[in-house]
Amino acid sequence: MRRFSWFNATSLTLGFAFLYLPMLILIIYSFNGGRNVAIWAGFSTKWYGELFRDQAFLDAAWVTLRVGLMSSTLATILGTMAAYVIVRGGRFKGRTVMSGMLYAPIVMPEVITGLSLLLLFIAIGLDRGLVTIVLAHTTFTMCFVSVVVSSRLVTFDQSLEEAALDLGCTPWDAFKSVTLPIIAPAVISGWLLAFTLSLDDLVLASFVSGPSSTTLPIKIFSAVRLGVSPKINALSTLMIAIVAIGVISASLINKRSVTKRLKDEQEAAAS
Amino acid sequence: MNYRRLFLIGVPYVWLLALFLVPFIIVLKISLSDIALSIPPYTPTLDLSEGWAGIKDFFSKLDFDNFLFLKTDPLYWKAYVSSLQIAIFSTAITLLVGYPIAYGMARAPEEWRATLMMMVILPFWTSFLIRVYSWMGILGKEGFLNSALMWLGIVDEPLTILNTNTAVYIGIVYTYLPFMILPIYAALDKLDISLLEAAEDLGCTRTSAFWLVTLPLSRPGIVAGSFLVFIPVIGEFVIPSLLGGSNTLMIGKILFEEFSSNRDWPVASAVAVLLLLIVVVPIVLFQRSQERQAEAQK
Repeated sequence: MRRFSWFNATSLTLGFAFLYLPMLILIIYSFNGGRNVAIWAGFSTKWYGELFRDQAFLDAAWVTLRVGLMSSTLATILGTMAAYVIVRGGRFKGRTVMSGMLYAPIVMPEVITGLSLLLLFIAIGLDRGLVTIVLAHTTFTMCFVSVVVSSRLVTFDQSLEEAALDLGCTPWDAFKSVTLPIIAPAVISGWLLAFTLSLDDLVLASFVSGPSSTTLPIKIFSAVRLGVSPKINALSTLMIAIVAIGVISASLINKRSVTKRLKDEQEAAAS
Repeated sequence: MNYRRLFLIGVPYVWLLALFLVPFIIVLKISLSDIALSIPPYTPTLDLSEGWAGIKDFFSKLDFDNFLFLKTDPLYWKAYVSSLQIAIFSTAITLLVGYPIAYGMARAPEEWRATLMMMVILPFWTSFLIRVYSWMGILGKEGFLNSALMWLGIVDEPLTILNTNTAVYIGIVYTYLPFMILPIYAALDKLDISLLEAAEDLGCTRTSAFWLVTLPLSRPGIVAGSFLVFIPVIGEFVIPSLLGGSNTLMIGKILFEEFSSNRDWPVASAVAVLLLLIVVVPIVLFQRSQERQAEAQK
């Protein structure tokens, strides 16, 4: 007797309007021809043109992309290793410390993580630049990867791995041909999460970046501190579009693989 | 112990030790140091070449002056109190806004729910900075909201919303709403509908069935969602600096400014240590409640 009442419909409509209207307004006004952000002066794509002619933004985008690719790949490797030893490693000295260190950066205010990393880099005399941002992002995002991967590792049937070992696989072979294919979706979503977190990060990057390595969020932040700018509206629209396309296609792929798995299981049960 | 195992455990372990724990110890140390006109701009520095005397000298020069300074300067005290205040109020508002949405989602027809879920998660993947920025164009003096209100004739002159605490609240509720909706929805989705039917058969009105059955059973979701909003909001930096005004005091913003404009590293470190002490309490409480929750499900 689940009734979908008027109250439910109203709260959903208002709620989703609240979530999506600000971004919708931003997107619409990025096509505004006028300089004044509040007054509609006709459709125009001139701000997109200006954006692509601004070398500083292109440089920052390139830095952000490189940092994102490097740190998310490193974070995926380290985070998967960490998840594996936490879930499968049995007892070892310092296991509690390790799971604490994996959990803490997720809940710790980013200003503290940023400040502490910066003080470390200065103490060891490492020049601030691309490398320091990659190190900071890897440390921060590997914790998220390990959460995603370990939730998959916990639910999977360990006897499959044991069977492979019994049948003469080396531990590495068993990992490569049994474990990895099963946890692959979690590893991929971990990578995606790490990548988006890195692209989006402002606080850590502002602490540890040098003058030659400005990332896009730092550039956006310093531009919008002075007020709304149509060029940033155009940039935001592009970023929203990329994310929306990415998330929607990822969920479609995921849906297809789930239906395929269900079908396979049904066929296996029938035969 | 074989080498493979050592390698697997060692690599992530050493990484976290070097880039998480050691930096944190450095912050702790600098928070007890004094400001100096040198590079690095604090003193004392540990000089191991002098042996035991160096270590003893190092520890004898550390003191709690920075923490005492924080106590005497009302700015910091106010910033801590107002961070907590903003975090508590905005968590409450987010709960009031988020609950009906989660409730509506749980009541929606089965085939809509996956799509509704994705629509809640989608904003989470878009840049936080951009979501906060989008409100600058809406709330400003010549912004969208003021133009709309004046066009409708509700107000005669533009309201000042941007750069006030109201704007900060709006920004927090907007950006953290998915964190509140998802756990509440998860709790409501599991709720056994026959319990509600039983309550209504036994003479409850729909409203009292909600208060007596639905709300208590969704408590785990409410608790989890509230912590997920409350904890990150205390240390928030982006929202108060973009939407807040000069009188919006939040500790994350103060820490950043102390560090970048004043260059007083020892005081910035002391602020960071105190901020951590404040967040540790809710984090531990959250962990406890999650564990209890996990045990109850067994």
